[in-house]
Amino acid sequence: KVLSIQTKSKKTLARPNVKNIVLVEGVRTPFLLSGTTYSDLMPHDLARAALQGLLHRTAIPKDVVDYIIYGTVIQEVKTSNVAREAALGAGFSDKIPSHTVTMACISSNQAMTSAVGLIAAGQCDAVVAGGVEFMSDVPIRHSRKMRKTMLSLNKAKTLGQRLSLLGSIRLAHLSPELPAVAEFSTSETMGHSADRLAAAFGVSRVEQDEFALRSHSLAKKAQDAGLLQDVISFKVPGRDIVSQDNGIRPSSMEQMAKLKPAFIKPHGTVTAANSSFLTDGASAVLIMSEEKALAMGYKPKAYLRDFVYVSQDPKDQLLLGPTYGTPKVLERAGLTMSDIDVFEFHEAFAGQIMANLKAMDSDWFAQTYMGRKSKVGTPPMDKFNLWGGSLSLGHPFGATGCRLVTTVAHRLQKEGGQYGLVAACAAGGQVSDTHVQHSLVVPAMIAFCTYAKHLYEL
Amino acid sequence: MAGVRAAGVFSRFANSKYSLLSGHASRSLSVSSSVAARTHVSYELKDDVAVIRLNDPTSKVNTLSVQMQAELTEVMGEVWSNGAVKSAVFISTKPGCFIAGADINMIQACKSSEEVTSLSREGQKMFEKIEKSPIPIVAAINGSCLGGGLEFAIACQYRVATKSRKTILGTPEVMLGLLPGAGGTQRLPKMVGLPGAFDMMLTGRNIRADKAKKMGLVHQLVDPLGPGLKPAEERTIEYLEEVAVGVAKGIANKKVSLTKEKGFMQKLQDTVMGLGPVRKQIYKTVSDKVQKQTKGLYPAPVKIIESIQAGVEQGGEAGYVAEATNFGKLAMTSESRALIGLYQGQVICKKNHYGTPEKEVKKLAILGAGLMGAGIAQVSVDKGLTTILKDTAVDGISRGEQQVYKGLNDKVKKKALTSFARDTILSNLSAQLDYSSFKSADMVIEAVFEDINIKHKVLKEVEAVIPPHCIFASNTSALPIKDIAAASKRPEKVIGMHYFSPVDKMQLLEIITTDKTSKDTTASAVSVGLKQGKIIIVVGDGPGFYTTRCLAPMLAEAVRVLQEGVGPKRLDALTTSFGFPVGAATLADEVGIDVAAHVAEDLGKAFGSRFGGGNVDVLKTMVEKGFKGRKSGKGCYIYGKGKKDKSVNPDAEEILKKYKLAAHPAISTDSDIQYRLVSRFVNEAVLCLQENILRNPVEGDIGAVFGLGFPPCLGGPFRFVDSFGAERLVGIMKRFEDIYGNQFTPCQLLLDHAKNPSKKFHK
Repeated sequence: KVLSIQTKSKKTLARPNVKNIVLVEGVRTPFLLSGTTYSDLMPHDLARAALQGLLHRTAIPKDVVDYIIYGTVIQEVKTSNVAREAALGAGFSDKIPSHTVTMACISSNQAMTSAVGLIAAGQCDAVVAGGVEFMSDVPIRHSRKMRKTMLSLNKAKTLGQRLSLLGSIRLAHLSPELPAVAEFSTSETMGHSADRLAAAFGVSRVEQDEFALRSHSLAKKAQDAGLLQDVISFKVPGRDIVSQDNGIRPSSMEQMAKLKPAFIKPHGTVTAANSSFLTDGASAVLIMSEEKALAMGYKPKAYLRDFVYVSQDPKDQLLLGPTYGTPKVLERAGLTMSDIDVFEFHEAFAGQIMANLKAMDSDWFAQTYMGRKSKVGTPPMDKFNLWGGSLSLGHPFGATGCRLVTTVAHRLQKEGGQYGLVAACAAGGQVSDTHVQHSLVVPAMIAFCTYAKHLYEL
Repeated sequence: MAGVRAAGVFSRFANSKYSLLSGHASRSLSVSSSVAARTHVSYELKDDVAVIRLNDPTSKVNTLSVQMQAELTEVMGEVWSNGAVKSAVFISTKPGCFIAGADINMIQACKSSEEVTSLSREGQKMFEKIEKSPIPIVAAINGSCLGGGLEFAIACQYRVATKSRKTILGTPEVMLGLLPGAGGTQRLPKMVGLPGAFDMMLTGRNIRADKAKKMGLVHQLVDPLGPGLKPAEERTIEYLEEVAVGVAKGIANKKVSLTKEKGFMQKLQDTVMGLGPVRKQIYKTVSDKVQKQTKGLYPAPVKIIESIQAGVEQGGEAGYVAEATNFGKLAMTSESRALIGLYQGQVICKKNHYGTPEKEVKKLAILGAGLMGAGIAQVSVDKGLTTILKDTAVDGISRGEQQVYKGLNDKVKKKALTSFARDTILSNLSAQLDYSSFKSADMVIEAVFEDINIKHKVLKEVEAVIPPHCIFASNTSALPIKDIAAASKRPEKVIGMHYFSPVDKMQLLEIITTDKTSKDTTASAVSVGLKQGKIIIVVGDGPGFYTTRCLAPMLAEAVRVLQEGVGPKRLDALTTSFGFPVGAATLADEVGIDVAAHVAEDLGKAFGSRFGGGNVDVLKTMVEKGFKGRKSGKGCYIYGKGKKDKSVNPDAEEILKKYKLAAHPAISTDSDIQYRLVSRFVNEAVLCLQENILRNPVEGDIGAVFGLGFPPCLGGPFRFVDSFGAERLVGIMKRFEDIYGNQFTPCQLLLDHAKNPSKKFHK
């Protein structure tokens, strides 16, 4: 294939009559293990912190933003439109409409691409997108029977009616309903699915532990080197200032080997050490039309070019999205795997990443399930998640997408690449794929950037 | 026919996917085994674990055939003599099947109970060696693990099973009138406790992997995998092997314990079971229950209890001897032959003998959303058929749709289906009032009111909108198909599909072809029926076809018996004690008194006085008073919600008194009444064969047992004639004929068999 051997086959992914849309800035709160320093907050507090961080970094006037979109997964019922509550609390103008989206682990990807859509359609020029997840406190409900009784109680008119309703309450009705990180359609938890996926692709425990160790080591290195510039400091009320992620724990293979499987017992391979952990955190990005950004004197970090969402069978291919999405987005952009300088894949589980890499490396899989003639090909590991990933940095479901995109922009800048690609799998068997392009070599860009120009291709 | 409810052990019979009888001939080992290449069993060493793989290349399932057993013995000899082997794993490489059971041909080939007993002893010895193996053996189970296969697995030291839907464990021998004859009656009580063992062996039910784990039948479960770098099932078997090898190593180096810490309840149960009087009470309770359910007609459950009891009370050796002896005895009983015959017949009736239809039916339209119509939708919509349910009234489709929903939701409640799968399945159902999108239907099944004019009306309406290839099937219980087809522009596309109510429970589908029905139409109808999970008989056209025609004279006789003063309760007792799962009076209520009256009148017109007996006016009067059977709350009995014991309807008794007939003392003993009912049924069945309504006795037996509840222990009317003796039956009928006339005149074919005892319906 002629195309596949051409590297940097395209100088730019700009298309005629399509607006250039840029990532101006991206920030996030430190990602913390749930139940730690953030534990007394509410989700919108975290989102507020990210928004204020973004305001601070960009110094954008509070009324220039046209729209705010936030992604979240487990919703706090009091703030179901968390985007609006956080925006008001962060001091944005109350004239800015906001909405909240949900799409499992790619909720903030959805927030970002919705923003791209609004700008591309000419509705907006500047949109803030972000995501938040707060696992320290999740809504735990009364049982359905209890809820029904309580709702009827509201409507009961006489004392007799009330008493008879109260009398109908049984001990069993008091047992609460806990939210589970499980597929509604299959009732299978994510970890269980990941373990089966790893087994299906013959991913060993050692391979998973090695990948997890790599993630933690790289994250530690990046943290120590101060590369995680997207992290803002956050003064938690009543507590200290938090300025670092606290889930990065490089261990040893021996230590990790000691852990028992967390989901499939006793022979499973997915453990607490090779899975992403429950995390609290929020992220935010400022997305603008290039025109507007330049007019306001910003130096955009990247172009957001293209994106695809794909879906598969939620039972057996739940976490295989990146395999399906990557070739699709590459083909849309007319690029090949070798054109990409920076890969950022969401690491839900080490086993899930390894399974995807194996699937991408398999002709049989490509032919049997993807209708392709040959395999997708794997991203080279020396370009892959070099600053750590969800396994080590943490994975606040709704917030991870923005972290991935901002990281690609920062890595392109740091490593001097042109194109970057983001991929994340999500519950429901969906995926988002993103693409980033460095701008130095793009003549049209020179006018406004020296270093910090990146073209972003979803 | 509106409704026949078969109950008990029998209704589960054909649901099970086990194949204790593989149907392939047992192969003799003519070649010296040391020279012959092994074809069924192979093994390789994985480190110090011998992985022994089973696969019978000549069949879809693995059975413990002569060949399999010989190769197993040989391989085990090699494994045990190899000092480097520290543990072993048994696994089947056949998708969906570990070992489906013993090879029934081996048992059928035996001429005496002693021969069968010695077969059983050999099996016991083979599994004893496995149980006492010097190295630990792990059985890695994916797919059916039944009968002898289960006995094999429980002789191993450890069992790992996949959670696949196809993985089922069980001892279905009782459904073939046999018992687990290779140590099952001895090992199971120790493994799952006395109550659990009784439950397994007396019901023969299939146990899914997760339940088996809870019961203590398997130690560890493995999830089925999705597709990876290989097809899903292939990789799942590989994964199962990997896990099993890990466990085998673990047991060998003592990292995995074989004894499980017993919970408090388990300990308590063990203590209680340790008490002699408690066990005695259990034997008694179980025996009483068995007696009540089988009415003494099925010897296998009794022998199972005996064998278990012998082992528990008198120790291992006595138990094994009892098991083998009883196994030998059971194999020679007529009940076992009858049940095995039914099983084999059922296998035949689950195949399409008419070829592959030219166009696969993908979209099915059903007219009439009543009990039958909705029932047909219920068994279609979850089999990948896009289904239209059409009725003329909103109330009708609402009720029909609810029936389909309820059927699926009940499965959700039993955890056989997820609520998500239920919703997805329901998305294939469209309930509607008009003929929209009938233009893309491949088949239309009408289940409208039984009136030839209405049938003609809908046939014409439908033919105006359906595409040329679309088949029109009529779900009628008695109207001749050719009469219905008379209104059709394309009679070659018209066929009868007679379902039984409740459609989701009753397994039979009677397909009726006319002279004009094309072979491809038949192939299509059979293919749809098989998709719906039905056991299918294909019969010729005529009033009442086969099933209704057999039932009508029996019901006519039942009405006469009632008129002669035998109460509904006693009539029911007489029929059930003969082996019918449902008594004749209850059956009439289930079918619907109105339907029975309708059929009696129609068939009476068609066949004349031969179908007489009871006065049709009895039924008609009952219908007039609103006693239409269970559906109207009153029939022979009164039905109340939640009431378990139904009481006799006094008003119906009043009617019977009004039409009272004098009983003839010469032919009114209990046994005479039973034979009056049964002989009319059987004679009509034989006549159907004589008149080529039936193609063969196998379909006749299957239709009678699965559609009408003919006693399974008798194997169907034809097997009954074979085993009871045609001459004896004719003799009895002649006595009745003397008094009642032609209703009891044996048909020519029956007389032929009576004259020549070597003539048999079944070889």
